[in-house]
Amino acid sequence: MNRFDYIRPGTVAEAVSAAAVPGSAYLAAGTNLLDLMKIGVARPERLVDLNYLPGLDAIEALPDGGVRIGARVRNADLAQDPGFRRRFPAVAEALLSGASGQLRNMATVGGNLLQRTRCPYFQDTASACNRRAPGSGCDARGGENRLHAVLGWSEACIATHPSDFCVPLVALGAVVEIAGPAGPREVPLADFHLLPGATPERESVLAPGELVTALRLPAEAAGFAAHARYVKLRERTSYAFAVVSAAAALRIEDGRIAAARLALGGVAAKPWRAEAAEAALVGAAPDAAAFQQAAEIALAEARPSGDNAFKIELARRIARRALRLAAAGTPERLPALPASPFAPLSGGLHG
Amino acid sequence: MNAIIGQPVSRVDGPAKVTGHATYAAEFDLPGLVHAAMVVAPIPRGHIRSVDTAAAERAPGVLAILTHENAPRLPYHQIPQRPQVDAQSGEQLHVLQDAEVRFNGQPVAVAVAETLEQAVHAAELVRIDYARTPALTIFDPARGRPPSEGNVKAGRVPELGRGEAEAALAAAPVRVEARYTHPREHHNAIEPHVTIAHWEGEHLTLYDKTQWVDNDRKEIAHVFGIPEERIRVVSPFVGGAFGSALRTWPHVTLAAMAAQRVGRPVRLELTRRQLYTSIGFRPHSEQHVALGATKDGRLSALKHEVIQQVGRYEEYAETVLSPTSHLYSCPNLLARYRLVEMDTNSPCPMRAPGVVTGVLGLEMAMDELAVELNIDPLELRLRNYAETDEQKGLPWSSKELRACYATAAERFGWSRRRPEPRSMREGDQLVGYGMATAIYHSDRSAATASVALTGNGGAVVRSASSDMGPGTYTSMTQVAAETLGLPLEQVRFELGDTNLPYAPVHGGSVTMASLGNAIVAACGAAQKKLADLARAAQQGPFSGLPSEAVAFHGGGLARADGSGSVVPYAELLRQHNLGWLEAEGSAQPGEETKKYSSAAFGAVFVEVRVDEALGTVRVPRIIGAYDVGRVINPKTARSQCIGGMVGGLGMALEERADWDARFGRVMNANLAEYLVPVNADIGVTEAIFVPNDDRNFNPLGVKGLAEVAICGVAPAIANAVWHATGRRIRQLPITPDVLL
Repeated sequence: MNRFDYIRPGTVAEAVSAAAVPGSAYLAAGTNLLDLMKIGVARPERLVDLNYLPGLDAIEALPDGGVRIGARVRNADLAQDPGFRRRFPAVAEALLSGASGQLRNMATVGGNLLQRTRCPYFQDTASACNRRAPGSGCDARGGENRLHAVLGWSEACIATHPSDFCVPLVALGAVVEIAGPAGPREVPLADFHLLPGATPERESVLAPGELVTALRLPAEAAGFAAHARYVKLRERTSYAFAVVSAAAALRIEDGRIAAARLALGGVAAKPWRAEAAEAALVGAAPDAAAFQQAAEIALAEARPSGDNAFKIELARRIARRALRLAAAGTPERLPALPASPFAPLSGGLHG
Repeated sequence: MNAIIGQPVSRVDGPAKVTGHATYAAEFDLPGLVHAAMVVAPIPRGHIRSVDTAAAERAPGVLAILTHENAPRLPYHQIPQRPQVDAQSGEQLHVLQDAEVRFNGQPVAVAVAETLEQAVHAAELVRIDYARTPALTIFDPARGRPPSEGNVKAGRVPELGRGEAEAALAAAPVRVEARYTHPREHHNAIEPHVTIAHWEGEHLTLYDKTQWVDNDRKEIAHVFGIPEERIRVVSPFVGGAFGSALRTWPHVTLAAMAAQRVGRPVRLELTRRQLYTSIGFRPHSEQHVALGATKDGRLSALKHEVIQQVGRYEEYAETVLSPTSHLYSCPNLLARYRLVEMDTNSPCPMRAPGVVTGVLGLEMAMDELAVELNIDPLELRLRNYAETDEQKGLPWSSKELRACYATAAERFGWSRRRPEPRSMREGDQLVGYGMATAIYHSDRSAATASVALTGNGGAVVRSASSDMGPGTYTSMTQVAAETLGLPLEQVRFELGDTNLPYAPVHGGSVTMASLGNAIVAACGAAQKKLADLARAAQQGPFSGLPSEAVAFHGGGLARADGSGSVVPYAELLRQHNLGWLEAEGSAQPGEETKKYSSAAFGAVFVEVRVDEALGTVRVPRIIGAYDVGRVINPKTARSQCIGGMVGGLGMALEERADWDARFGRVMNANLAEYLVPVNADIGVTEAIFVPNDDRNFNPLGVKGLAEVAICGVAPAIANAVWHATGRRIRQLPITPDVLL
């Protein structure tokens, strides 16, 4: 833990100006940042606390049928918003499959986009990590990398992005609204996170001082509400990061797939939209053969980055499962174990 | 009034715990308290070339930076009779006493500052230059060697057996042979280990997380070379330990050292990551089991070799061969134990140490034998039921394992199991049934307690014991209340302080069999003292009566013939102008250990559901029946058992330290990536206690139930996975990548 300045801006403009100073970090809920500061992984020289900013906390229906979600909306509030949940059920399911109730009550939409990787070498300051300390090397290569990336990784970094929320969002074409020293701009979520390449320390397109102010989902995203699921495989039933996950959304007309969205989580340094697989689904009957083909296409470029070849097959299977469940129809009520392949066990305590 | 033992009494300390009034070690708020943070070595072996503390010393709030260069040289006297909780060979880590690095995570410096944040900050500013030397970080069974002399003397023998196992195995008409592995596992109690050290002149008080205050005091007295009388250890509440707080770890010494240096009370709390290196763990184990049997399923040969990792600076070994030696009837048996030295912090006991490992291999092999023989796994166990402890050549003090098998099988519905694997399905999930036997040897140790009868009619019972979660506070209160004939509410039990009468270690399932009997004795001693006063009095209803003419019942003294009324304790005290009356009692093992072998038993049945496409295993039901002797409190006993089931489920399906051999480091040293079960993993867990009352073992008739509850769960799950899928997974945990 290092010493740092602490600034509490009153407006977005003040925040942006305060955070334009190199070494600054925005503090929202702190569910990730504060943990990383305590273990010495994040060492900001200046914390710009967004918790006292007015606004940025609304879920607004837009005139065109889309929705804008303020960056400070809490994960739990968004997931429990009846209108949002009805129109974007896979997103609600993803939100509720992440972390724990306590964390979801704090964590924010904007912060979720900027979660840092769970790579244990990133999290351990005694290890070499190009993402944490550029040029230091990557101890995950040749190390404990069972859960690392199988798509889009580089020699410099094989880490994955841990967010559940981002997976259906990228499938549904979410757009990120950004404020910054050079004025506002917006970026499709699909382009927001960066693959590691030679510069894994650059995790998103955000420039110094830029602030995520909102997320938008377009109207057409709600068109998938009847057939939209998020399915997440983890090594315990809740409170665990995804080994692999998939968001699948279909529009089915006359027994044929009229439109399809598919994205994978836990496989790459960004939420991985599988557009070629989506294209292959259009016009097909929503059956096992089509889903299998789509899953093959989605993982066609995958290759193991270590002891994780199993994730490629598992990702295919979770994609098929998500497509199958989406085709079967979004359940009337959110499942008791959201995004889980399982029903709750009777006799146990759940929540 | 005599039905307090056996009642499902709620925890007497429950309200204090849930309202935050229970003070745990970290929470003693002493005036002037300051904080310490450790610096740990990032290399598995080598030495410190140089240390630069200049920047750290200049950091705000810093009071001291201790390294091997400026730490006091401590005598580290040997304890003449090494406590059984310590490694029995080698030398414990002498913290900050030299420049050597013996394992990754070893404390090499400690920063002391006014606030925790300042201490952590200063610790990060300590610059250390290391010279790394080649390290042993790979578990290579070929390097296995027998335990050394100290461990052998303590019963961790390299070999045991009877008959001619090799020849019998070669001649056996039916044989199975397999290797089983479980990884390094960590206790991960909720409460981190923490010590507050406070010197007042030459006297040291330690507020510590410990399962054994008396030994904690002894250890620190020897480390510092000061008389035990100058040390007091206080530990009224422990937030889970599972064996990790049995012995005294180096951070306790560091806290005392730091407090001495700065002249203020110092708190040193391990971080979650440090809990993977500054305390112990369950060692990585590989085992080889070979069983020979007749065609009708009688064991004719049993060979079992267990190989475990061990640290290099000291040698911790376990009683891994104990279950194999006596769980089944078998004339020819050879069990072997080997240790592989590695550069790691030392392992230590973790719930059912050694036994859970030995039971895992043996019970998975028994399942494989049942398949080979085409005999029901339960029937195979019944055919090989050990009527006596064949290794010790002694009868059991009691054994109701048959009743356990029958009760649990009936409750579970074992008869519905179809023997063929992959033969049971529900929807697109494969269903599997599996079972295993559980056993844990029952021991008891010498213990003392005091009982004070007080003027308000109640009693205060004291002993330096611990309650890491099983319910010691509650069950001992029950024992005392029943023995004294008082209502539960009028008895208070105090523990966790070296100022109290000596208690043995709170581990190895010995607490009730040891301390419970001491409390009975202390109650009796107090009653006798009071009765003697009443009989010796010049006047009063008992004046001049012989001792056999009076008896206590109903919370007071009466004539043994039933004539006259019962005079309550408080009234007797008043008659003798006493505010209170106190007596001590003790209990210790006796001749029974020569006459009997004692153990707790269990039978565990589980159902699993396997999603074959995703490789996931769920466990909707775990049903266990247990013979633990007499049950003092069925509510806390049940909690212990379902806790053991949850722990066993974690062992089977989730728990694993990700060990990076390049660095000798556990990479998933946190509770997000080191998985333990969550509520949603757990379905029906049911613990049934079969009636028993083992007076051959001790007067209270109890055996002990902490350890037995985790034994058998993991093999039962692995056996059920085989039944569901037809795949024998011999390496734990059984994760989706393995099953895919």
